[in-house]
Amino acid sequence: MSGFSVTEPSKRQKWIAGLLVITYAMVTLLPLLWIIATGFKSPEDAISYPPKVVFTPSVEGYVNLFTSRTRVTSSMEETLAPPETWYEEVARDAGTTIVGPSRYGQRFLNSVVIGFGSTFLAIVFGTSAAYAFSRFKVPLKDDLLFFILSTRMMPPIAVAIPMFLMFRELGLNDTKLGMILLYTAVNLSLSVWLLKGFIDEIPFEYEEAALIDGYTRFQAFYKVVLPQAATGIASTAIFCLIFAWNEYAFAVLLTSGNAQTAPPFIPTIIGVGGQDWPAVAAGATIFLIPVMIFTILLRKHLLRGITFGAVRK
Amino acid sequence: MSGNPIDRVAEATPPAIANKVRGLSDRAIAWLFVGPSIVLLLAVNIFPLIWTINLSFTNFKANRLRDVEYIGTRNYERILTDADTWNSMQATAHFLFWTIFFQVLIGFTLAYLINKKFKGNDMWTTIIVLPMMLSPAVVGNFWTFLYQPQIGLFNYVVEFFTGIESSSFSMIGDVNLAPWSIVIVDTWMWTPFVMLICLAGLRSIPDSIYEAAECDRASKWRQFWTLTIPMALPFLMLAVLFRGIENFKMFDLVVQLTGGGPGSLTTLTSIDLKREAFEKWRTGYASAYAVILFVTVFGLASIYVKALNKVKER
Repeated sequence: MSGFSVTEPSKRQKWIAGLLVITYAMVTLLPLLWIIATGFKSPEDAISYPPKVVFTPSVEGYVNLFTSRTRVTSSMEETLAPPETWYEEVARDAGTTIVGPSRYGQRFLNSVVIGFGSTFLAIVFGTSAAYAFSRFKVPLKDDLLFFILSTRMMPPIAVAIPMFLMFRELGLNDTKLGMILLYTAVNLSLSVWLLKGFIDEIPFEYEEAALIDGYTRFQAFYKVVLPQAATGIASTAIFCLIFAWNEYAFAVLLTSGNAQTAPPFIPTIIGVGGQDWPAVAAGATIFLIPVMIFTILLRKHLLRGITFGAVRK
Repeated sequence: MSGNPIDRVAEATPPAIANKVRGLSDRAIAWLFVGPSIVLLLAVNIFPLIWTINLSFTNFKANRLRDVEYIGTRNYERILTDADTWNSMQATAHFLFWTIFFQVLIGFTLAYLINKKFKGNDMWTTIIVLPMMLSPAVVGNFWTFLYQPQIGLFNYVVEFFTGIESSSFSMIGDVNLAPWSIVIVDTWMWTPFVMLICLAGLRSIPDSIYEAAECDRASKWRQFWTLTIPMALPFLMLAVLFRGIENFKMFDLVVQLTGGGPGSLTTLTSIDLKREAFEKWRTGYASAYAVILFVTVFGLASIYVKALNKVKER
């Protein structure tokens, strides 16, 4: 920067702007920090008045999240062996004993399998479709592209009605395969639109050179275009993953015991007399942290992803 | 450009190599590449849509398999004359209007401030964006905890600043406050979305325009209203379109937060639809409802996109 510019904000303006934005950021961050903090509170601290900012950290929430327990009665107490593990000790201190693992682990694993499975398929189909839309004359191209996008306008519940009936006919209700296919289809619109934008930006000259060197069309696609589009593919994949990871409406309506993912499960974590808030917060923390990390990694492509490629920086 | 680029390459090479370059015909490759996506979308989107339209003319109930009759447009008539439908439409309209109002107001202000390019603005932008990437159902569930009378953080903060006793009000349970409780959480979550798009709009305005305005001695106030706002308007409208469609479909956040209550005050159309389809199992009726919602959102969005294109052309 050199010289005076009329468009450059003054020092004072920058100060005020910075102060206001940082204040907003602090306020907006508060609920998130509160989730993380609540996960490390004991049940008594979590529901104290006034809300506790300073507290003795406890892992009871995390132990409760991953285990199912039963209350220890005074007659039981003598028959129980002394606690062998640290988590049994935590449970014993709260007057309970662990009887087995909870279903959280399995729900979380379902989220991972369904999330990655559908992302992988959405990227494979999406990349090839986007390449074709970008490089070839596809009949009715604009109509097809709009049709792909319009599938996102339907309320998920409206889609869930026929999906429920169809899955019931095909035996796909409450299966991971059914959910993977469904999320793949929903994510396809995002991946085709985003990837088409990324591939459009790769100059055709690269492929042209490869074709002249004797590559076939397929070779040119996977040896020249794919490596060039790698960043775009990676960020599209993260967007697809985040969608599948966060999705609730289809998951709650089309899955129950077997293929249920974490979002419908976390709100059902119940303790004595209502929700077990430290356990809910612990479950939410483990579930939300990966997305927060992805968001930070994605920050350069964030805008593009959330607007289906309509706005490119 | 003479036709397809691939033909250009082929023309420039000897016949033997040209065949190799061409390999499968372009059309075949195009269909091979687009085909799987189209098939999947047909299976998961179009086929169910047609099925829904078909079901909407029947009295089918998914938990009872006999006695399916075509009853013409009776479902549609019933829905449009049902007071519950209009209540949920009203709740949705309230939710839509106020969330968009607050999100545009706060989002644009934030973008304007961030565009002042203070030190570290990138980092703070990323922090502000975090809420919108999280799972709405999980977030909605946790906000019921923040909204608890007495022990909830939200109520405590209100007490701290206004002196209204924290145990004296319940955001979710009170008939006057509940419609606002969902507006607050949605605004908290999605303001960054509007902010990001507005920021892109503001950054797209070239400095030279302001320099010219400065030469003409236009006041800052005037520059804001005659340059900044009109040039950022297409972006702002795009943000409103996205938020409008998303919030018209709103289900997960609100169902976890209020469950549609108290009474049916926050029963948005999606929640109403879910009850008809998956609690009362009136599948035919719910299908007609779904068709009406889809036509509404599609129609409104098309009109809006036309307006948006007009603004862009100016």
